[in-house]
Amino acid sequence: MAERLTAAGLNVLAIERGGWRDTPNTFATTFDQDELRYMWRHHQFENVAHDTLTFRNNIGQVALPMRRLGSFLPGTGVGGAGVHWNGQVWRFLPKDFAVRSHNLARYGKSAIAEDMTVEDFPVSYDELEPHYDTFEYLCGISGKAGNLNGTIQPGGNPFEGWRSREYPNPPLDMTYGPTLFAKAAAEAGYHPFVHPAANMSRAYTNPLGAQLGECTYCGFCEKFGCGNYSKASPQTTILPILMRRPNFTLLTNCEVTKIELDSGRTRATGVTYVDEKGQTQFQGAETVMLTAYILHNVRLLLTSGIGKPYDPRTGTGVIGKNYAYQITSSVNVFYDDKIVNPFIGAGALGMIIDDFNGDNFDHSGLGFIGGGYIGVVNTGARPIETHPTPDGIPNWGSAWKKSIAANYLKTVSIATHGAVMSHRGNYLDLDPTYTDAYGRPLLRMTFDFTDNEHRMSDYLTDRATDVARRMGGREVQAKKRAGSYSIVPYQTTHNTGGAIMGDNPRTSAVNRYLQSWDVSNLFVQGASAYPQNAGYNPTGTLAALAYWSADAFLNRYQKSPGPLVHA
Amino acid sequence: MKRATAIAGLLCVAALATLVAPALTQAQQGASSSGELAVRGKYLAILGDCASCHTSKDGAAYAGGRGLNSGFGIIYSANITPDRETGIGNWSADQFYRAMHKGLAADDSHLYPAFPYPYFTHMTRADDDALYAYLRTVPAVHAQPPPNKLPFPLSIRGLMAIWNALYFSEGAYKPDPAQSAEWNRGAYIVTGPGHCGGCHTPKNFLMADENDRTLSGSPIDNWFAADLSGESRAGLASWTAADIEEYLKNGRNARATASGSMQEVIGLSTGRMEDGNRAAIAAYLKALPPSAPAKQSSAPDPAAMRAGEAIFADACSSCHLSQGRGQPRLFPPLAGSAPVQSHDATTVLHIILQGSHSLATDDKPTPLAMPAFAWKLNDRQIADVATYIRNSWGNQASSVDAADVRELRNDLAKASGN
Repeated sequence: MAERLTAAGLNVLAIERGGWRDTPNTFATTFDQDELRYMWRHHQFENVAHDTLTFRNNIGQVALPMRRLGSFLPGTGVGGAGVHWNGQVWRFLPKDFAVRSHNLARYGKSAIAEDMTVEDFPVSYDELEPHYDTFEYLCGISGKAGNLNGTIQPGGNPFEGWRSREYPNPPLDMTYGPTLFAKAAAEAGYHPFVHPAANMSRAYTNPLGAQLGECTYCGFCEKFGCGNYSKASPQTTILPILMRRPNFTLLTNCEVTKIELDSGRTRATGVTYVDEKGQTQFQGAETVMLTAYILHNVRLLLTSGIGKPYDPRTGTGVIGKNYAYQITSSVNVFYDDKIVNPFIGAGALGMIIDDFNGDNFDHSGLGFIGGGYIGVVNTGARPIETHPTPDGIPNWGSAWKKSIAANYLKTVSIATHGAVMSHRGNYLDLDPTYTDAYGRPLLRMTFDFTDNEHRMSDYLTDRATDVARRMGGREVQAKKRAGSYSIVPYQTTHNTGGAIMGDNPRTSAVNRYLQSWDVSNLFVQGASAYPQNAGYNPTGTLAALAYWSADAFLNRYQKSPGPLVHA
Repeated sequence: MKRATAIAGLLCVAALATLVAPALTQAQQGASSSGELAVRGKYLAILGDCASCHTSKDGAAYAGGRGLNSGFGIIYSANITPDRETGIGNWSADQFYRAMHKGLAADDSHLYPAFPYPYFTHMTRADDDALYAYLRTVPAVHAQPPPNKLPFPLSIRGLMAIWNALYFSEGAYKPDPAQSAEWNRGAYIVTGPGHCGGCHTPKNFLMADENDRTLSGSPIDNWFAADLSGESRAGLASWTAADIEEYLKNGRNARATASGSMQEVIGLSTGRMEDGNRAAIAAYLKALPPSAPAKQSSAPDPAAMRAGEAIFADACSSCHLSQGRGQPRLFPPLAGSAPVQSHDATTVLHIILQGSHSLATDDKPTPLAMPAFAWKLNDRQIADVATYIRNSWGNQASSVDAADVRELRNDLAKASGN
């Protein structure tokens, strides 16, 4: 966003809660691959002693603070979670933008339960296509197109929406585990393809002139910065250019605590922030772009009194509405005779099938909508994190150790990565009890998986198991996601919703250009805008939405400031 | 708007810069106004990289006070702003010319050749006048450089008369009619304002250039200024003129990345030159004869090579890739690399010990860096990996001893005050 705005000649001041981070100083190759420090001791993640959220599964419970990160791992510092992501870059399916209307049309009224508050995106895939493209070229995505301007391409994902051109870089070299999966999936009649990756298959210079290096498959993407300049991140794709621009200013270690409004409460005057010395400051602005992580976007709207907070009892209000997530499961294949060297990895190095994503398959009689992708992604099998053991092995002790030693090199793990639809009872609001270091109420998350998610995830896990059985291993172990959502074990940092986009201010927080319905000089970027989550990693779509929003801001709003949509 | 102005200014400079050729006649000179003269002078200040030595520590242009390691002690650069008390505000154009041409200050005292008058003497009077005109226009800064830290007897400036008698030959550059205009222009820049030999020509025991080894590389400040001759391994034999031009413009090309003070030279001087002048420098350097090849060294110790190979795979190959093939313009190739095969391994060792941040430019804005290994690898390990990269994939150069690494490690610690 700042890159687009400064390129257009606007003065941009960015305020970042954390500190400055860059490749040579913050994650140099000489110390970056340190699983204990970064993954387990959270050196690049949010500090929950400073700020956290409270959590409960439903409104009948009392929410308690999350005192240790678990299920999701938001970042802190310049670059945010874009530093420690895997680089899995997807486009949503065209029909993912029309979840309500498409499912109603195809399956009838009963397809969408009464409490399922899914909506269509107020923007179409076709409208976002050029912006997806911009982001993929910015990041130098390695991949293989499956649908070039409507023509299906061999080797790519035949289910994907049309794309105007090929990926900027060829696919990564594939390792053994994903190859075994792809072969079995093809034999089962599915359509395996290579995972699109923000890990460079070759040296790349992006359209802004930033340079990225060839990935060496070290296996430290997820939860780590990249010291080789091989993973697209703000540090490798935009910051080198942005920091040279005289009309860009960055404040670090400054935390925005409130968006300030004028007396009419329809216009933002700027923001209040706490600076490095702990002093409260005001920064005036013509326009405020709210670009924090989704949880902070929603909380800032709530603490600033912008928009009507959502009430799950009445279904009224918009801020905090339609919080969603993703549901994952796995199926392990244990071999005796195959060494798959899982430590050779990259964040998005894998083979995928999309046959059960979105509405790529007939849901008649299945009792759920939505889907997800299934695949083997070798992110690196870091040693502390990765200890595959078959069923029946104890969780500790010498038998456990022996089993890990026997299986570490000979296990392939298939993952399913499923959508979470929005539900009336899943939402975000302010906690009535707990406060952060500044005395502000913590965000309260109320969330659980519903029957739709469990049916869908079980269905995906069964399909993954079908493929697993064809892979020729000694034994197959399916790990379904059972029971209520737990915030403790890591699942995925794919939180969405809470400030959703829509076509009218009664049901959504922002319009199709991510402009606040209530405060027209406030734009709320990020996955907080998703009316529900899809079966893909959200970064590609949120980036496309940011470019789409920037485009509208520069080409329309700048010429005539005011609401871009009249509802 | 600000940016548009800056671009217009640059074009203006570029257009006028073509007038700087030494063949310029006095009559043409007289025709230019003092404003045009100053604009020409500004470009000459870029050719001469005046800013490298004469920018003060707090960034004041031409206010001097920067300490230069002369080999005998610290000499502080002069304030050359028009300040009357501490700068050269009282100097006439004639006095300025004498300083450039003869190494004499306004009061007739001798300047130390840390101020590279042995090169500047090759500049034309017209160019000196233009530079003088420009320096009259920069803001006057009142700042007295610290006294030099030189041991007796070198602290006696008069001794420089003897040094001059031994090593200094006064006189403007005389174009060689047998060579092309481009070559002559390159020779003028390299031997005159550019004073490339100041770093790149070996010095004798009194820090005077060894003229029979011009530009064949020389140690400086814990680096080794590269061999610019046509030597086949450590020199520029494998570089094309286009490679040299690209390097001088962006600080990197497909073969190498600039390090050390060359980055500053590129950022402040060669990167700001007009293309034609970079091409002239390249033409001149490409015509230099090869320096004497390094003595045939004995084959490296196989144990050191094995250890070095393992360290290379673990610590280096993720960026420089297997076979040392590198990623052109990103992470320099080590196979066939001139700096890697330098007969003096100081630069390679310096980079392994302390790492290196490459120069970021508008063309190449990514601040690429190699991390430091001083804390991670011991002297023996660094020696072995250096020996390995200097003798693999067709490379050939002398082995490195752990003692060499220890010495440089200590010198670097001293230089950084630790």
